Amino acid sequence: MHVGIIFFLVILGSVLFHIFTPWYWTDVASNWGGMDDTITLTFWIGGGVFIAVCLFMVYCVFKFSYKKERKAEYKPEDKKLEKILTWATTIGVAALLAPGLIIWNQYVNVPKNAIEIDVMAWQWGWQYRLPGEDGKLGTTKVVNINDDNPFGINLDDPFGNDDVMIQSDVINLENNRPVKILLRSVDVLHNWYVPQFRAKMDAVPGIVTYYWFEPNKTGEFEVLCAEYCGVGHYAMRGGVEVQDKQDYDNWLQQQETFSDLIAKQKILENEKTKLAKK
Amino acid sequence: MSEDFNDNKTIQAQSSEAISGGGSGIATDADYVRPAEVADQDLYHGHSFITKWIFCQDAKVIGVQYFLLATFTGIIGLILSWLMRLQLGFPELVPFMTAEHYYQFVTMHGMIMVVYFLTALFLGGFGNYLIPLMVGARDMVFPYLNMVSFWSFFVAVAVLLASFFVPGGPTGSGWTLYPPQAILEGTPGSGWGIMLMCISLILFVAGFTMGGLNYLITVLQARTRGMTLMRMPLTVWGIFTATVLAMLAFPALLVGALMMSLDNVLGTSFFMPTILKAGEVLEYGGGSPILFQHLFWFFGHPEVYIVALPAFGIISDLISVHARKNIFGYRMMVWAIVGIGALSFFVWAHHMYVSGMNPWFGFFFATTTLIIAVPTAMKVYNWILTLWRGNIRLNTVMLWCLGFIVTFVNGGITGIFLGNVSVDVPLSDTYFVIAHFHMVMGIAPLMVIMGAVYHWFPLVAGRFLDEKLGKWHFWLTFLGAYSIYFPMHYLGFIGVPRRYFEMYDSPYVTSAVGMNEFISLAAFIVGAAQFILIYNIIKTLKTGKPAGHNPWQACSLEWLTPSVPPEHGNWGDRLPTVHRWAYDFSVPGAKEDFITQTTPPSEVAHTKVEKT
Repeated sequence: MHVGIIFFLVILGSVLFHIFTPWYWTDVASNWGGMDDTITLTFWIGGGVFIAVCLFMVYCVFKFSYKKERKAEYKPEDKKLEKILTWATTIGVAALLAPGLIIWNQYVNVPKNAIEIDVMAWQWGWQYRLPGEDGKLGTTKVVNINDDNPFGINLDDPFGNDDVMIQSDVINLENNRPVKILLRSVDVLHNWYVPQFRAKMDAVPGIVTYYWFEPNKTGEFEVLCAEYCGVGHYAMRGGVEVQDKQDYDNWLQQQETFSDLIAKQKILENEKTKLAKK
Repeated sequence: MSEDFNDNKTIQAQSSEAISGGGSGIATDADYVRPAEVADQDLYHGHSFITKWIFCQDAKVIGVQYFLLATFTGIIGLILSWLMRLQLGFPELVPFMTAEHYYQFVTMHGMIMVVYFLTALFLGGFGNYLIPLMVGARDMVFPYLNMVSFWSFFVAVAVLLASFFVPGGPTGSGWTLYPPQAILEGTPGSGWGIMLMCISLILFVAGFTMGGLNYLITVLQARTRGMTLMRMPLTVWGIFTATVLAMLAFPALLVGALMMSLDNVLGTSFFMPTILKAGEVLEYGGGSPILFQHLFWFFGHPEVYIVALPAFGIISDLISVHARKNIFGYRMMVWAIVGIGALSFFVWAHHMYVSGMNPWFGFFFATTTLIIAVPTAMKVYNWILTLWRGNIRLNTVMLWCLGFIVTFVNGGITGIFLGNVSVDVPLSDTYFVIAHFHMVMGIAPLMVIMGAVYHWFPLVAGRFLDEKLGKWHFWLTFLGAYSIYFPMHYLGFIGVPRRYFEMYDSPYVTSAVGMNEFISLAAFIVGAAQFILIYNIIKTLKTGKPAGHNPWQACSLEWLTPSVPPEHGNWGDRLPTVHRWAYDFSVPGAKEDFITQTTPPSEVAHTKVEKT
């Protein structure tokens, strides 16, 4: 008797925990609310199956626990029942898969007006690069990276000169404007993840990976590394500040471009040679 | 075959034409069973302590050896989990706990539990003990190879544990061992540690292949007369299919481990692209880190089913015996096991949705992954339908079965979240994943192992384990484990990433501090509860209630040996002859509520047995 009661309480407790939990997802701050909706749908269908199966089990425990005089039913198979269950499950699974695939289709197809952001990761930090007025990012190579060229931009690539360089782990984004995050890493795997945006993707050394989202809430968010990358993994944080267009434009104005950096280096070098000559 | 066999032991070999030709002519004789096609197996009998108990060729002893060594390794894994939970629940309480150590413990805990505990225990432990007994063989077909298999496993474990004592300690690259970080500084144990891990895995795979060949060929070739494939207990089906998977999946791991060792030692670049480390470009270039992930998960996903399928098989048998009812839909259960096994090779990249592989693969792998939910769900329905109108003994074994159903369904359903590609995006690499896979391939298989221990202990040792201690063990483990992993899913919803040594004060995490403390306390209790079993076993061996023959009134062959516990050679003078499946419980018209597999139809002519 008590066995059935305890199992029943476990099921009941699970449902109550789900309803009253203070721990649940953060408010979504991007266009990926559809992911939350699919999770909710999966909760309804999956949770329903979980409760149904477990309650059926509990009922059997109450109803059919051992009595010496009783004999169990002898019924090796029931083809009709098995067929019904197979089809019902297939339909349920298809109902969950369909919205999942529809959203994935959106996830892999980046809108044309998305602004590209180069997110460069290393052990253990982030920096960012935005395209300049030409709207295109210059190409890069890991071997080019040095103090004068922190992003490893190919110097003969004309698109690279006006790239905006943000040598900080915090980046600003314009509200309601889609961004395509281009991820690269110079050493090991990383993953640029903001829980409120829902989206994520690994940065893999050797290739450029991508994902996109459209922030739709202004404010500051924490960036977490979501792919294990060595002892500093847990401390590899960054930030995002989502701003309205005007604030964002003001911020963008103040950032340095690659040609600014080269010019600055040249001035420094000239001064150095002058000093040396003296 | 040996010449000095007794006449009654030798069975005349007969050509296959004679058998197929004579089949229809004797069909009127209901008790007729095809004669054996080969003579009885000749066994090496140990004479000294060493050949009987250490370098032993008896599959039952080897099974127990596997069981004990896997359990020992599992206890180390358990202690590592305690240390991790101390850090997560009560940071800074353990003075020596650095980030390096934490990641080393995470890695070793994962690898030990998946490979050296669960796989070794289900296949090496239960496989060795049960396969020959359940199919009516005298032993595994290659007893010597079987012995070498165990000792390879022993060396693999020794090498694995040796990595705790080498410079730099064990690898801390996570159990997935992803390069480039696994072999680069910045990850603990990137020199010796990862090297020993790769060597240990290679030894494990080599040893496992020897054992695996034994399981497969014993099932295919050494079944006793009348034991058709569709009469085998589901335990054997589960272990058999899992072994097929292992034979196909482990080579991918072996290759991955070899190639990574070459990258590490010889400086090849299989998995290593151009890398900038501490301002210097390393001498690697052109390799692909994602290639390793494909190799790893081509092994890693079938590995889940290598653990799950034996568990499915065993639980089916336990439920059937203790509900006194035939397993519902036996044929469906067999095909589900085989189907899940086949499908498991087409779903691996669902571990890699956000790995940076071509995102278009997501459509394919999400579809295959959700398809696999259908045969899995059918198995669950058939388990609970076996309980329906059964005559359920609520003993310790059945409690573990019920605990399995709850945890497995729970973990299976969270698998549908993670398999459904776009739902996986926010949840991957968070605590939701940890909660999911611990529930479905940690706790659920553990419930099966425990149920199986309480079920077959009377066979192995001839005595019943104490029921009262067993019930304490069950309730503490089940309720404790459920309260560890059920709330943990919600940490994942908040967005807490896995493999974080410390969370600092991220706003969405501070609210979860209380939960982390609670989970840690529960983990300490669940871990401690496992020692109840060890105490129970020691106590039972001394003073337990003698079990006698077939104490659970089961139908399958392992309970029908002439002596309990079974001796070397299992069957005394005569191999058993099988007349029916292993699930003739509560047959209408039968005197008792079970008909053993060896009972000829003429003895139970008045019963309404359906053709099986």
